Amino acid sequence: MATYRLTHVERKPVGFTLSVLAVSGAVSGFAAGTAKGFEVEGLLIGTVALALLGYACIWIVGRERENSTRLGVFVLMAMAGLISGGISGLIAGMFFGGFFQWFIYWIGEGRYRAKLAPYLTPGQVLWHYAFRVICGAIFCFLITPILVVLPLSFNAEDFFTFTPEMLRFDPEGYSLKHYRDFFTNNEWQRSFKNSLIIAPVATIISVSLGTLAAIGLSQSHVPGRRAIMAVLISPMIVPLIISATGMFFFYSTIGGFLEGAVGLGKTFVGYVKVILAHAVLGIPFVIITVTATLVGFDRSLTMAAANMGASPVTTFFRVQMPLILPGVISGGLFAFITSFDEVVVVLFVGSASQKTLPWQMFTGLREQISPTILAVATILVAISIALLTTVEMLRRRSERLRGMTPQ
Amino acid sequence: MTNSSDTAQSGPMLAADGTPLKKSLARSLRNQKMRALALIAPLLLFILISFIFPIASMLFRSVENTIVADILPRTVVALDDWNADGGQLPDESVYSAFVSDMVEAIEAKEHTKLGTRLNYEQTGMSSLFRKSGRQIRKLDPESDGPFKEKLIDINAEWGEIKAWSTIKAHSVRLTNGYFLNAVDMRRTPEGIKQQPENKRILVKLFWRTLAMSLIITASCIALGYPVAWILANLPMRTANLLMILVLLPFWTSLLVRTSAWKVMLQQQGVVNDVLVWLGVVADESRLVMINNQFGTIVAMTHILLPFMILPMYSVMTTIPPSYLRAAKSLGATNWTAFRRVYLPQSVPGIGAGSILVFILSIGYYITPEIVGGTKGVFISNRIAYHISYSLNWGLAAALGTILLVAVLILYWAYDKIVGIDNVKLG
Repeated sequence: MATYRLTHVERKPVGFTLSVLAVSGAVSGFAAGTAKGFEVEGLLIGTVALALLGYACIWIVGRERENSTRLGVFVLMAMAGLISGGISGLIAGMFFGGFFQWFIYWIGEGRYRAKLAPYLTPGQVLWHYAFRVICGAIFCFLITPILVVLPLSFNAEDFFTFTPEMLRFDPEGYSLKHYRDFFTNNEWQRSFKNSLIIAPVATIISVSLGTLAAIGLSQSHVPGRRAIMAVLISPMIVPLIISATGMFFFYSTIGGFLEGAVGLGKTFVGYVKVILAHAVLGIPFVIITVTATLVGFDRSLTMAAANMGASPVTTFFRVQMPLILPGVISGGLFAFITSFDEVVVVLFVGSASQKTLPWQMFTGLREQISPTILAVATILVAISIALLTTVEMLRRRSERLRGMTPQ
Repeated sequence: MTNSSDTAQSGPMLAADGTPLKKSLARSLRNQKMRALALIAPLLLFILISFIFPIASMLFRSVENTIVADILPRTVVALDDWNADGGQLPDESVYSAFVSDMVEAIEAKEHTKLGTRLNYEQTGMSSLFRKSGRQIRKLDPESDGPFKEKLIDINAEWGEIKAWSTIKAHSVRLTNGYFLNAVDMRRTPEGIKQQPENKRILVKLFWRTLAMSLIITASCIALGYPVAWILANLPMRTANLLMILVLLPFWTSLLVRTSAWKVMLQQQGVVNDVLVWLGVVADESRLVMINNQFGTIVAMTHILLPFMILPMYSVMTTIPPSYLRAAKSLGATNWTAFRRVYLPQSVPGIGAGSILVFILSIGYYITPEIVGGTKGVFISNRIAYHISYSLNWGLAAALGTILLVAVLILYWAYDKIVGIDNVKLG
């Protein structure tokens, strides 16, 4: 916790503190009461209880025994919740108690001014905190849909909603059956396996070709660099549905040729088609991340290596590659997630034997609604957290290697 | 000094191996260019062959119209001299040419394809070709003439000017017909006309795509700006922590987020449950928030919000906070300081984010398909429908061309304003 203070903190007048606390108590009393259907009582009880509690904490007990008082407020509210609403009431009570044991002192002792400049008017202080609440709401908007999926995937029923058992935190309401279904159901397993085949191979193709091209693009004299860049970035810009239909016609011709004239197996050709199509989609991400890494690359290092007798290939693998590796890997991760997450192109280019995980989810969402989708979604969220962590660590490492201050 | 002759040399400057320096430098520059191109070439060829060329040839289908001219070659020639304005049926030569063309087409089983094609333009043509096909097959083009009466006997529609003028109108090899269809017009024998009232859906769909993309972009700006601001102004450590809340949705699978919104917004979903619990809406009048435009807008705003926040954030981190303080110390109010000092400097971030979000949203397919119902779908969904269900590929290509041109114009604007090289990820 930062301990600096910009403004002198002093106890606020009784009227101010008690009215703020009464209003907040009224709001939370109303919210808690509405669940049981007694809004007006909740509102009144909340108002009175918070005003009394605030007065007791600040003016009767005072600052000397603050910590034990705060604990007392927390326990009191938790117990009140437990008595009125059972287990879910206890959770709500703990939530409100945790908030108010801090809020009472924060308002009453005027601590909210501590980190703000002393010349701010009360209106500006109010706006400062209101703005933070707005931002908090937007962050909630960003993260809630993802968090909601996690508990629902443990649903014991075949529903997409919270059952009353789940809300009561009854162990009966939870089960791992959707996970079991995912790991035993042939269809899900096959699509998962297909995703694990297609995405890595497509990533390897786009990373190797993309890195070479990015190195070429970063040379000092490239004729028509802008036009080339525009072509290489285009798979990211062209709407997916257009790419998908274009590739659909192209790869059905190519596939027919490979099966007919060359005589390859139908399934194998199917994989080749989807992999090539996905490799194209991943390339812009590799190009963008690797060229961004190469911007900070010190050209004199390759000259020094050449000066000491290294061949261009040795120079590339021993000098350039280790330095741009973070960019290459994070480009690769982008390419991987692009392919791993791709539906439209595989829907058009692939056939049933190349059904990938997102495809299976897509049909699941459109046709037979199965909560196994939520179990899969949870697993995918875990994967994306792992990828995010890796990319973030790589970014910092790359900045350190290039001597930039960590941002 | 022994090498005084070097400095006094009057000819061109020489490199170590004796070639003129200018030539040697030019050669090395050429080598450098060739090496760079050699590194780029594999990828460039790969993308040109497997991406640019297929899309170009797919888009070419929007003007390509060889089917009538290929299946009915003699009829098309014979129809050249005939003019529907005269109010006369074509003469016997057209009918006999038609029968010989059709007999060949029926043998190759191509007459139904032709019927389907003409049915896009004139309802009823498909069944006309299918039904009369069975009878025409029995005719012998050599000996059974004259055919005019016989054909009209087989199906009275062959005795109407409409059928022949439709064939004539669509016998050109390059047509603007699909593009006209794409904007709810059609190519008729009497010239270009509007589609009948009940078939005018595409222009409306274009406007809806445009309007919804604008709404999504605007709500992304409204939600993204405060978040980007607070991320740029908080201490680095806190900002990095909060950044995870932006990056996690960005990295999460699109289908996960779409299914999450399905869970949130459906009638028995989380949002409705909470509203009922709070007593805001009654249990029996739960809100309909999915399978309509609202669902599409909310879900897509959530999905595209990180694409707005990240460019805004990277612009805002470069604005020194002291500028705002300076403005305030010169007497500006909070609002004036923001409007006159901060906002103008953050405009590049808003621009970059908006164009990115807008480009991505007008081509979206998956999310509208799942949460959009019938009212919340975009032009992409219509393209997919024509490709995989109605098989009217020409119309799909025309719609795709219009969409692609719109996106490319925006992309060009993005390149002018931000530069493709400045695109940052993560």
